[in-house]
Amino acid sequence: MNIDGILSASYIVATVLFILALGGLSNQETARRGNWYGITGMAIALIATVLGVVTSNYEILMAALVVGGSIGLIAARRVQMTQMPELVAILHSLVGIAAVAVGFANFMDPGKHLAGVELTIHDIETYIGILIGAVTFSGSVIAFGKLSGRMSGKPLTLPARHWFNLGLLLAAIWFGYQFVLQSAAGGGMQPLIIMTAIALVFGIHMVMAIGGADMPVVVSMLNSYSGWAAAATGFMLGNDLLIVTGALVGSSGAILSYIMCRAMNRKFLAVIAGGFGTGGGTAAAAGDQEGEIVAIDAEETAALLADAKEVMIIPGYGMAVAQAQHIVHEITQTLRAKKINVRFGIHPVAGRMPGHMNVLLAEAKVPYDIVFEMDEINADFPDIDVSIIIGANDIVNPSALDEPDGPIGGMPVLECWNGKISIVLKRSMATGYAGVQNPLFFKENTRMLFGDAKDTLDAVFKSL
Amino acid sequence: MRIGVPRELYAGEKRVATTPDVASQLIKMGFDVAIESSAGTAASFSDASYEASGCSVATVDEIWGDSDIILKVRGPENDEVSQLKSGQTLVSFLWPAQNPELLQQLTERGVTAMAMDSIPRISRAQKVDALSSMANIAGYRSIVEAAQHFGRFFTGQITAAGKVPPAKVLVIGAGVAGLAAIGAAKSMGAIVRSFDTRPEVKEQIESMDAEFLMLDFDDEDGSGEGGYAKVMSDEFIKAEMALFAEQAKDVDIIITTALIPGRPAPRLITAQMVETMKDGSVIVDLAAEQGGNCELTQADQVIRHNGVTLIGYTDMASRLATQSSQLYATNLRHLLTDLTPEKDGQIVVNMEDEVIRGATVCKDGETTWPPPTPKLSASPPKKAEPAPAPVAVEPKRSVAGPIIGMLLAGLALLGLGAVAPASFMAHFTVFVLGCFVGYMVIWNVTAALHTPLMSVTNAISSIIIIGALLQISSDNELIIWVAGGTVLIASINIAGGFAVTRRMLEMFRR
Repeated sequence: MNIDGILSASYIVATVLFILALGGLSNQETARRGNWYGITGMAIALIATVLGVVTSNYEILMAALVVGGSIGLIAARRVQMTQMPELVAILHSLVGIAAVAVGFANFMDPGKHLAGVELTIHDIETYIGILIGAVTFSGSVIAFGKLSGRMSGKPLTLPARHWFNLGLLLAAIWFGYQFVLQSAAGGGMQPLIIMTAIALVFGIHMVMAIGGADMPVVVSMLNSYSGWAAAATGFMLGNDLLIVTGALVGSSGAILSYIMCRAMNRKFLAVIAGGFGTGGGTAAAAGDQEGEIVAIDAEETAALLADAKEVMIIPGYGMAVAQAQHIVHEITQTLRAKKINVRFGIHPVAGRMPGHMNVLLAEAKVPYDIVFEMDEINADFPDIDVSIIIGANDIVNPSALDEPDGPIGGMPVLECWNGKISIVLKRSMATGYAGVQNPLFFKENTRMLFGDAKDTLDAVFKSL
Repeated sequence: MRIGVPRELYAGEKRVATTPDVASQLIKMGFDVAIESSAGTAASFSDASYEASGCSVATVDEIWGDSDIILKVRGPENDEVSQLKSGQTLVSFLWPAQNPELLQQLTERGVTAMAMDSIPRISRAQKVDALSSMANIAGYRSIVEAAQHFGRFFTGQITAAGKVPPAKVLVIGAGVAGLAAIGAAKSMGAIVRSFDTRPEVKEQIESMDAEFLMLDFDDEDGSGEGGYAKVMSDEFIKAEMALFAEQAKDVDIIITTALIPGRPAPRLITAQMVETMKDGSVIVDLAAEQGGNCELTQADQVIRHNGVTLIGYTDMASRLATQSSQLYATNLRHLLTDLTPEKDGQIVVNMEDEVIRGATVCKDGETTWPPPTPKLSASPPKKAEPAPAPVAVEPKRSVAGPIIGMLLAGLALLGLGAVAPASFMAHFTVFVLGCFVGYMVIWNVTAALHTPLMSVTNAISSIIIIGALLQISSDNELIIWVAGGTVLIASINIAGGFAVTRRMLEMFRR
C-alpha cells in the first residue's frame, strides 16, 4: 500500500474541507456547517498523519492530545462572550509557540541531510518560521494582557521607537546571515536562539506601542501572523497542507486587518507604528468645542423610546465593559412588541475585535437580521426617531466628516445626528480613545444620559 | 436693555416682529419688552395677550424714543428712520444691496443695524435664517392661493358622480419655498413634478415623493455660492425652456420660485407657454417682486390671461401672518440669544462671530456691508469636496504604484525561480494559490461573523500540529519531548478554537 499517496489524498481532502469551512462563514445559515467542515478536515488530517507517519511514542502523543484537548474544551466552555478578544489572542500565542517549537525540533533533528542551495533555503525557511512564530507568540501574550486588563491599554511610546524597531530588524537579518553560514558548517544554534530573543522583544514592543482602540487591527494582524507562521513551517517541512492552511489563515487575517484599517481611515503601517492619540496638540485644537449639553434621565428616555417609530441602537466597547447586552435585548424585545422598529447599527471597529459587537448581541439572543453594518444603515438615519449610543464615542463623531484634517478626519462614522434625537449613554464627558472632543454631544438634538450603561438601561427598562 | 416692537407701517403688512410667547422668553433673558399698541392685531395677537406675557404696551413715540433695540419685520420707513438715534440697535429685513440710501442714512445716524436677510447661509445659522422660514411659508401659501383660484380638486377621486383626475402641479425651483410647495401640493393629493438647475436637490425632491424632471444635458451644475442657484449657459436655458413649453401643455398649476441672488428673476414662462395651458390653469409666481419668472406676471396682482389665472402676490408670508410672525419672532429670539452671551439683557455685537458679523450692516457710524465671504457653503456636496492638492496626487499614485509593485514582485519571483530548487518552487506555487483562494473566500465572509472567522482560522492554523507529529517518533529524547509539548499546545488550540466557534455560531439566531 502506498502510504504516501494515501497521506497526500487525505491532506487534499482536509485542504478542501478547510476552504469550505471558511466559505461557509459567508452567512449565518451555512456557518455552523462550515465549522463542522473544519472539524472534519482537522480530524482527517490528524488521523491520517498519526496512522501514516507516527511509528512510536504513542503514549506521549495520546496523553498530549487528551490533556490539551480537554484544556481547550474547558476554556471554550467557560469563557465569557465579553472575553472573546482575550481568548482569541491567547490562542494565537499558542500557534506562535508551536511554530517556534516545531522549528527548533526540526533544526535539531539529525535525520535531515541537505546541502548547497537546498540547505540554504531550508535554513531560511526554518529561520523565518521561528521568527514569525516568536513574534506571534510574544505579541499575542501582550495583546492578551492588554485586552484582559492585566496591563494598561495605553500605548507605550519609547522615544526612538522607530529606530529601535529598525535596529531589531537589521539585527535579525544579520543573525540570519550568520545562521546560514554556521548551519552549513554544522552549527548555528547560537544565532537561532539570539534571533528568537530578538523576535520576542520585537513582538512585545510592537503590541505595547498600540493602544486600546486599535486592538481590532492588532488581533486580526496576529491572526494573520499565526497563519504565516504555519505556512513557513509548511515550507520547512515540505508539507503542502500546512502551506495552504497557513496561506488561507494568513490572507484571512490580512484582509480583516485591512477592513479594520479602512474603517478607521488609517494606514496599516501607521497603526503598527503605534502611538496613536498621543499627539495631543492637534487633538486639543480640534477639541475646543463649546456649547451646552442637555442631560436627560431614564424616565424621559423611556418616554422618548415609547413614542418613537424607528429606533437605532449603536453599541460600542462601553456596552461590552458594562455587560449591558442582555438588558439591551430586553429593551429591544419590549419595544418590538409595541411595533417599534428597533435596529442595531454596528461600526466595523466597535469593540476590541472584528465582529465583537455582533457576538455580544448574538449572545444576548438579539436576532441577527435586525443587526446591520454601518454601510447598510447609514443612509437611513434621517428616518430614525431615536438613536441610542451605548458606550461609543469616536465612531459617532461628526468631526470625522467636518474636520478632514483632524485626528480622526475621514474616518467613516455612523451619522446618528441626522436622526431626530440621539441619546448618548456615557459615564462622563471624557473624550474617546482618539482624544478628540465629540461635537455630537453639543448638538441640539443630542441628549446625554450619564451613568453606568447597565444601571441606566435597567432604569429605562423599568420605566418602559 | 429695552426692546421696542413698533407696528409695521408698510401697506398690507400684517406681520409683527414678536409674539407673546417669544416675548416672555426674551424677558427671561433679561430684556424689557415694549410693544406698540395694536402692533399684533393683524396677526391675531391682542395687546392683552402681550401684557399677559409680561410686555408693556406703549405709544409709537415711547417705542422709538426709549428703546435700545428695535425689532421690526420690514425695513424702516422714512419718518421711522428719522426717529432712530445713535446707540440704538435695529433688527429687521433691510436688503442693503437694493436700498443703498437707507443703509447710508442708518450709518450716518450711528445706528447698529442688523439685516435678517444678510444672515450667512451656514449650518449654525439655520435657526436665525428668517429668509428660509419666510420662504417656507410662501411656498405653502402659494399652493393655498393656487387652490383658491383652481376650479377642481387636487386629489383624484372616483365618485358615484364620476371620475375626477388628480391635478398636476409643476414646481420650478426646489429651494425652501419650492420644497414647501411640493409638500403642500403632495399632501393635498396632487401629482407633483419639479425642476431645478442644481442637480443635488434631486434627492430632496424625490424624498418629498415628487418627480424630478431631468434635463438631458451635460451635467451643468447650477449651484452657486451659499447653496443658491447661478446663471446658466444659453444652451442650457434653451433646453430648459423646451422642457417648460412641453410641461405647460400638460400641467394644471405652475409654481415658480426661481431666483438668483442679486439679479432680476429669470424669465422661464413665456406668454406663448401661458397661452398653450389649459383653461382654468393657475400660475403662482413667487418671484413677482424681482420681476417675475413668468413674462405676464404683474406684481401684487391677480390677472387672467386667456383663461389662465396668474397670481403675482409679493406678500405671501404676510398672508399667513400669525404663522410667519411666530417663525420670524423665533428667528429674532435666536439671534438675540447669540447676541446676549451672558443672558443678562445686555447685547454684545461680537464681530468675530460669523453669523453676527454677516448680519451687521452698519455699526458705530461705519458701513460694514458687504461682509467677508462665509467660510462654508450650506450645500453638502461642495463641502465634501476635498482640497485640490490630494486629488492631483491620488490618481498618479494609483496608476504608477501597482505597476511598479507588480514589476518588482515579478522580478523577485524570477530571481527566486533562477536560484531555488524545483521542490521549493512547487511548494511556492501551492502557497501563492493558497493565498489567492483565501483572498477570494474571505471577502465573502459577512462582517457579523468576523469573530467566529478569527476563532475558526485560529483553530485550523493549529494544523501546525502535523509538524510535531512528524517529529514525535524521533530517536532524540529532547525532540520527543519538544514535539510532545507542541502536540499538547496545538491540541488546546484545536479543541478550544473549534468549540468556541461552535458556541458562538449557536448563538446567532434569527
